[in-house]
Amino acid sequence: MKAQPLVLKIMNVASGLLLAGSLAMVFLYAPLEAVMNHVQKIFYFHISNAWVGMLGFIVAAFAGIMFLVKKDLKWDIVEVAAVEISLVFFLIAIVTGSIWARPSWGTWWTWDARLTTAAILEMVYLAYMLLRQGIEDPDRRARFGAVYTLIGGISVPITFVSIRLWQTIHPAIIGTESASAQGGFAMAPAMLQTMFFCLFAFSVIFATLLWHRVRLGRLAQQVELQKLEAMQ
Amino acid sequence: MKPRRNSGYFKAILAIAWKDLAAELRSRELLSAMLVFALLVILIFNFALELDPGTRRIATPGILWTTFAFAGTLGLNRSMAIEKDRGCLDGLLLAPVDRSAIYFGKLLSNLVFMLIVETIVLPVYSVLYNLNLFVPGLIGIILLGSFGYVAVGTLLSSMAVQTRTRDVLLPILLFPVVIPVLVAAVKASAGFLEGIAFAEILPWLNILLVYDVVFTAIAFMVYEFVVEE
Repeated sequence: MKAQPLVLKIMNVASGLLLAGSLAMVFLYAPLEAVMNHVQKIFYFHISNAWVGMLGFIVAAFAGIMFLVKKDLKWDIVEVAAVEISLVFFLIAIVTGSIWARPSWGTWWTWDARLTTAAILEMVYLAYMLLRQGIEDPDRRARFGAVYTLIGGISVPITFVSIRLWQTIHPAIIGTESASAQGGFAMAPAMLQTMFFCLFAFSVIFATLLWHRVRLGRLAQQVELQKLEAMQ
Repeated sequence: MKPRRNSGYFKAILAIAWKDLAAELRSRELLSAMLVFALLVILIFNFALELDPGTRRIATPGILWTTFAFAGTLGLNRSMAIEKDRGCLDGLLLAPVDRSAIYFGKLLSNLVFMLIVETIVLPVYSVLYNLNLFVPGLIGIILLGSFGYVAVGTLLSSMAVQTRTRDVLLPILLFPVVIPVLVAAVKASAGFLEGIAFAEILPWLNILLVYDVVFTAIAFMVYEFVVEE
């Protein structure tokens, strides 16, 4: 395996700096929200984690389709890398959401459409990891993984719609009139800037992690191949 | 040329489904296991929820669909395990038909098994809890819901039997993706049982229909990747 390419090294440093930068913006630059005070600050990282989590699952579904079409194992490596990273980010989004919900709604959890769908999404990809663990043949593992990401990627939006038919209380931050009634808030320009900076920072962190994980996946593939050669 | 090929495709589907039904008619191992299990689940719910007449009315759709879903995984697992264990699947794969014919054949027999269990569970439940469940709308929902459940279940059970952890894997794979079916079926069943206006049940019916169509189409497209050797 070759050493890390220069771009990746730059991204490593950039990820660290951007994370520090977003922390500074959240705590020093963004103004305090009038009603919720410091509690609202968790929102910036909550939304960034949720965004990166979703992004990863979309990347995984895309990689799954590409694998089924091209039959190239490199797409399988991308797929599993994206799912693994997103599982962690999405879990953080769920936990930070709960921490925010406790003072705002008075409860850690409600069975609202977005919350329930988030929990089910996390379960789908946990099931995906369990499925992969049970298969030794790399080709079959890749095929089944791709099929399952496809099924999961299509069922989750339908789940969201079906649960949405019940009333939802998650605040839709942008462009709803009843937002404040649900615990939402109007965003000052500085808040918006902070939010977009955090989204950007986490996207870069995601790309960096994905790259590292894909490199790791390739190494694992080589190890598997060498094991097979040694056995013959 | 083309009509002949089409009729061969449907013949293959029916032949596979018929093979399952004939085998089941002789052994009865799958249906009896599903039925006893379904009745046990209902029995457990009786104690777990203390089903007095008031609770019954609200809880019945949920209990019915939980029972169907649990008994369903039992049947799906077994029906694919039989194919895998005795090498029947390899034989089926050698047959000169499109792979998706195998999927539709298994789907058909799984659906029949599930409907048989449901036609026995429903009257038993009606008698045990003194509720009239013979509402035409409810029967329609059970048909649509079971179809969606089995459409995804047949595809996923074909995957699950080929893994090391096959006995435990199917429900874990199936339940998170089949939630729309269960949500919509429970809501629509409750609507019909309580005699709510049809316009209010319609959205749930739409979800069931969309789910059934979308997932049958996907399974049709990806099944060859699942049984490839």
